[in-house]
Amino acid sequence: MRVSGALLVGLTKVLVGAHPRWQGSQPSAAQRIYFANHTSHMDTLAIWSALPPSLRATTRPVAAKDYWGKGPLRRYFATQSLRAVLIERSREGRQGDPLQPLTETLLQGHSLILFPEGTRGAESVPRAFKSGLFHLMQGFPAVELIPVYLENLRRAMPKGTFVPVPFICTVRFGGPLHRVPDENKESFLERARSAVVALS
Amino acid sequence: MSPREKFYWLMAGVGGLMLIASLIGAVLHIRVKTDVGRDVVQNLNSRIRAWWVMIGVFAVAFLLGKNTTLGLFAAMSFFALREFVTLTPTKRGDHIPLFLSFFVLIPAQYFLIGDGWYGLFAIFIPVYAFLLLPAFAALAGDIDGFLERTAKIQWAVMVTVYCVSHAPALLLLDIEGYQGQNALLLFFLVMVVQLSDVLQYVSGKLFGRTKIAPVVSPSKTVEGFVGGALAACLVGCAMWWITPFSPLEALGMSFIIVLMGFLGGLALSAVKRSLGAKDWGTMIKGHGGMLDRIDSISFAAPIFFHFTRYFF
Repeated sequence: MRVSGALLVGLTKVLVGAHPRWQGSQPSAAQRIYFANHTSHMDTLAIWSALPPSLRATTRPVAAKDYWGKGPLRRYFATQSLRAVLIERSREGRQGDPLQPLTETLLQGHSLILFPEGTRGAESVPRAFKSGLFHLMQGFPAVELIPVYLENLRRAMPKGTFVPVPFICTVRFGGPLHRVPDENKESFLERARSAVVALS
Repeated sequence: MSPREKFYWLMAGVGGLMLIASLIGAVLHIRVKTDVGRDVVQNLNSRIRAWWVMIGVFAVAFLLGKNTTLGLFAAMSFFALREFVTLTPTKRGDHIPLFLSFFVLIPAQYFLIGDGWYGLFAIFIPVYAFLLLPAFAALAGDIDGFLERTAKIQWAVMVTVYCVSHAPALLLLDIEGYQGQNALLLFFLVMVVQLSDVLQYVSGKLFGRTKIAPVVSPSKTVEGFVGGALAACLVGCAMWWITPFSPLEALGMSFIIVLMGFLGGLALSAVKRSLGAKDWGTMIKGHGGMLDRIDSISFAAPIFFHFTRYFF
């Protein structure tokens, strides 16, 4: 796991740089949910590579089962190297609570990397967030919510392309989203989205 | 002296120079008082540290032979091209041409040098890539800013791949009485270009008054250029014994290298600023990006290559 993980990080850095910019927070072992805009298949790898090596072991990316679970190689990298948490995106394939794998991971004390748009967008600013982040925020009041903005990755591997092109991409980590008591879902999700946009 | 012995003597000389530079940097660090001065010294010291690393990488590549040297220059082209396209406003329709530039053109160009196929090396990018890159871009069907986008990608590939590759292409020249020593000629080129950059920087910091092109490159001054160029030419002349040139020829070749390097720095600085940036990147601490370090090589290498090929 360590070797293939290091290999993936090296490859990501050569291809897209994935330079971290800690703009409102510092790397920390505190339990966190990193939530970011989603524009390419390399987003997960970019954030994971931008984190200091010591945090990678306990930071688990959330990945779509229909993409990362497909084929033995992708599945191996996702589950063994990145130790990703695979979730079901389609309603048909679901049984029970779709967030259950995430809550289990958070209960183990691990941090998460999450793309609340649910799917990749073509624009530089993210679209409306899905409600998963809201439920996790409510269920885990002590976990820090860190907005992340991925710059240039949509140029490296835009939706509909199958090969990456090298670009220098930056991963901007913002300050933790503060919590507003009794905030409703819509306004929280919009506030979270704005925090990502503010980093762009 | 065998080429290898010459190389060791050169490395000893470079190491000595670097030790002196590091010592001066350390003394300045202790003696500097003002805030502005502190910034300059800090930048100077990170430049010196980066130099140690770059010289180390270079020396290892030289000792490991031709293929490693080609690999090193291919990597330099790769990172320089990555910096160039990052600053260039490309679109989705450029994806395939860009992919080909990185993963076909770079390996092919350096393979042709390794293979010694001069005829194709010389025309591969100016003819084949020049024609095929816009053709592939056209297939994507996006005409918005088509000429600008295509021209910028062609420019990027010409400078970062084609021009830069002429430095290691010195290895494929066949010079009478100089067989097996071409790596030293590459060393000569890199040494004169980089020393000229450094000496122009130092002489500009010490005596610089009259700016040459303040908008394009605020740090370039007449005094800096004259002082740095003179000193670099003299050092180049003093290195005649590693080249196929006589001392006077080495002086002339150094002058060509220095002049082209200066013009390259100027022209690429104008390109960089027209793309809205002050540095090409942040890869090499104190220097900026890869392309900030090799801009002068990209202009000096092709001209030095052809002068050598024609006259020797």
